[in-house]
Amino acid sequence: MLSRTADSLYWLGRYMERAGNTARALQVALREAGMGGGRPAQGQGQGWRPLLLTSGDIGLLQGFGAAPDAAQIIQHLVMDRANNSSIQSCIEASRQNARQVRTALTVDMWESVNDTWGQMRRMENAMPNADDLPGFLDWVKRQTILFNGAYDDTMLRDEAWRFVRLGTMLERADNTARVLHAHAAALSIMGPGTAEDYLNWQAILRSFTALRAYQWVYHGRIEPRRIAELLILRGELPRSMIACHARIEGMLDEIATAHGGRRGECHRRAGEIHARLRFGRVEDIFTEGLEVFLNEMMARNIDLGGQIADFYLNN
Amino acid sequence: MAEPIKAFDEMGEPQAARAAYAEIARWLAATPIAQLERKRQEAELLFRRIGVTFAVYGEGGDPERLIPFDIIPRILAWQEWEHLSRGLTQRVRALNMFLADVYGPGEILKAGRIPEALILQNEAYRPEMRGITPPGGIYVHIAGIDVVRTDAAQFHVLEDNCRTPSGVSYMLEGREAMLRLFPGLCAAHRIAPVSHYPSDLLETLMSVAPPACRGLPRVVLLTPGAFNSAYYEHCFLADEMGVEVVEGQDLFVEDRVVYMRTTAGPQRVDVIYRRIDDDYLDPAVFRADSMLGVRGLMEAYRAGNVALANAPGGGIADDKAVYPYVPEMVRFYLGEEPILANVPTYLCERPDDCAYVLEHLHELVVKLTKGSGGYGMLVGPHSTAEQRADFAARIRANPADYIAQPTLALSTVPTFTGSGPAPRHVDLRPFVLSGAETRIVPGGLTRVALREGSLVVNSSQGGGTKDTWVLASDAPC
Repeated sequence: MLSRTADSLYWLGRYMERAGNTARALQVALREAGMGGGRPAQGQGQGWRPLLLTSGDIGLLQGFGAAPDAAQIIQHLVMDRANNSSIQSCIEASRQNARQVRTALTVDMWESVNDTWGQMRRMENAMPNADDLPGFLDWVKRQTILFNGAYDDTMLRDEAWRFVRLGTMLERADNTARVLHAHAAALSIMGPGTAEDYLNWQAILRSFTALRAYQWVYHGRIEPRRIAELLILRGELPRSMIACHARIEGMLDEIATAHGGRRGECHRRAGEIHARLRFGRVEDIFTEGLEVFLNEMMARNIDLGGQIADFYLNN
Repeated sequence: MAEPIKAFDEMGEPQAARAAYAEIARWLAATPIAQLERKRQEAELLFRRIGVTFAVYGEGGDPERLIPFDIIPRILAWQEWEHLSRGLTQRVRALNMFLADVYGPGEILKAGRIPEALILQNEAYRPEMRGITPPGGIYVHIAGIDVVRTDAAQFHVLEDNCRTPSGVSYMLEGREAMLRLFPGLCAAHRIAPVSHYPSDLLETLMSVAPPACRGLPRVVLLTPGAFNSAYYEHCFLADEMGVEVVEGQDLFVEDRVVYMRTTAGPQRVDVIYRRIDDDYLDPAVFRADSMLGVRGLMEAYRAGNVALANAPGGGIADDKAVYPYVPEMVRFYLGEEPILANVPTYLCERPDDCAYVLEHLHELVVKLTKGSGGYGMLVGPHSTAEQRADFAARIRANPADYIAQPTLALSTVPTFTGSGPAPRHVDLRPFVLSGAETRIVPGGLTRVALREGSLVVNSSQGGGTKDTWVLASDAPC
């Protein structure tokens, strides 16, 4: 397959996933904001801080001054073309990549991307009003799930499929690490925590649609270490870091096998990350420090993305 | 005001249709206009859905414009086609020999059969090609020869397209559309198939792989990209052949070998069916600002490590000022009389011709020697005094830039208009493939001037297309 084609497929996967992740993060933040009184820091925009950290945009926080306006932040995450990770930018980029490789996509896949883009375009840069925002975010999330289903259901299991999947999984792994990192302080609290902490922990789980999953796995009160364990080390949760990295390694393996075993540094590094998670223990992570661990994982993800690009996408 | 031009109608009078059109005449007489209109809409929907589009340069507007497709087929009897196909084969052989000659020994120039200056000082002549012998001596692997008809027996070649002729996807999609829209009508004829064109093309391209190529040659189609007007055709042909559509950025040259960047690492490329112009092929040799080409490509070509189809420099063979000499090429290289006639052509750079042209502008068609696509031309009988004065001034200023030809009464074929079938002027572009052997799928692209009385069939000037049926006789097709 042409590297340029693989590149477009990979970024199609990444950007669709990113659109969904941004929507999820906003949904949770809105919910928290709506809970009001329990969280004193909110009115001043402090409640939005983790959200910005998640989208990697600390510079923006400074640009907005000491107390960024909630509406400004939401606009930045939903409709800001200058922000590569805003929902609008992600959908634009997905569609552009899909168009580049139109013939490599199935009709269902193309339609899910193109319809999403078309509906987004009809909004003409206008922000949904506050009451419509939750519905809009739900729609974005549903569209990304539809896209994931469309390609999982209809694509031939060939190289094209593997590169889309690789993009989805690396983006998802990275997002999980970033969200956890943004909440590292809340997750490092020892002891039972306050009612507010509890709300916070619930919010973290909710952004991964993992609140129920937590109950099924642990059958008990929410504890920060278990949250970390679930989202980092438990393979049965599809958005956990280990689940994503298992698939990344698997995809890279399959691609290598299809090319007669041709491997590069990206294969070694993907295996290394996966091994680290497979044999890791949550106690050790906390001994080392959760934030330190997550920082390292984020750096490794960026590095892995670069290695994949070097070996397959722009060689 | 356009004077109606008396033209040969290929169907003939409805009551006395020519034999090849007998069935079509019956069908047209029996089918209500409303039903034809429904079919026309269906055809448009079909083309829209497949996405067969053609962007027109300089028009702005809808970049995903459809070329109108006319639902009434154009028909050629087998004998007519045989005659044409022999003439086309002869002509393309001569054109290839001419190119090998002018980039090699230059015999035809030494013999004084074509003025040397006309060739060597022509912008279309590429000195970079001197001393390069493409595999098999073939320069023009894909030729689109524009043919017009003026009466039952007379075909003329209007133009040779030896660079990157397009339109073959319309020929193929047009046939598919007809088979879906009118299965009964198709079945009532024995239509020679065209759908094997992509495999013929692939075999042609593989047959000219350079000697350095080991094993099955890897063929790619080089496109300028998604914004090119013929991008649809590029993807369509590549898909049908099962080869990659690449852009310049997907290829690179190392040690005079061309590679494409793939997920399996660099893959050697043997044959490039390029759909970008010479000027943009290689910034190291031609236009330095080209972003579309591949640096070092010409060196790889010169080293015999890659084949280019068509070969660079073919433009000298289809130059409008060289065109009048093609019959001479046939005589010189093949020792045969041309089977297909040229249209008489006046070269304005010859003083006598120029004087004649200026006096007869109202009855001539004037063309830019460098123009294509129907841009920058004057159709005398349809022109205003003002337009003629404008052209006269331009010709006087740069005579060498202009040629003129008598206004031919191009044949007409019934074409569906809102108010029923009516005669419209047509031409024909058959596609001639030259490799280890010469192949032409029966027929080609019929272009039709949809405006009443118009003689300009170019899609950029409001032309449409028709399916072209060559009726198979007992002869195998």
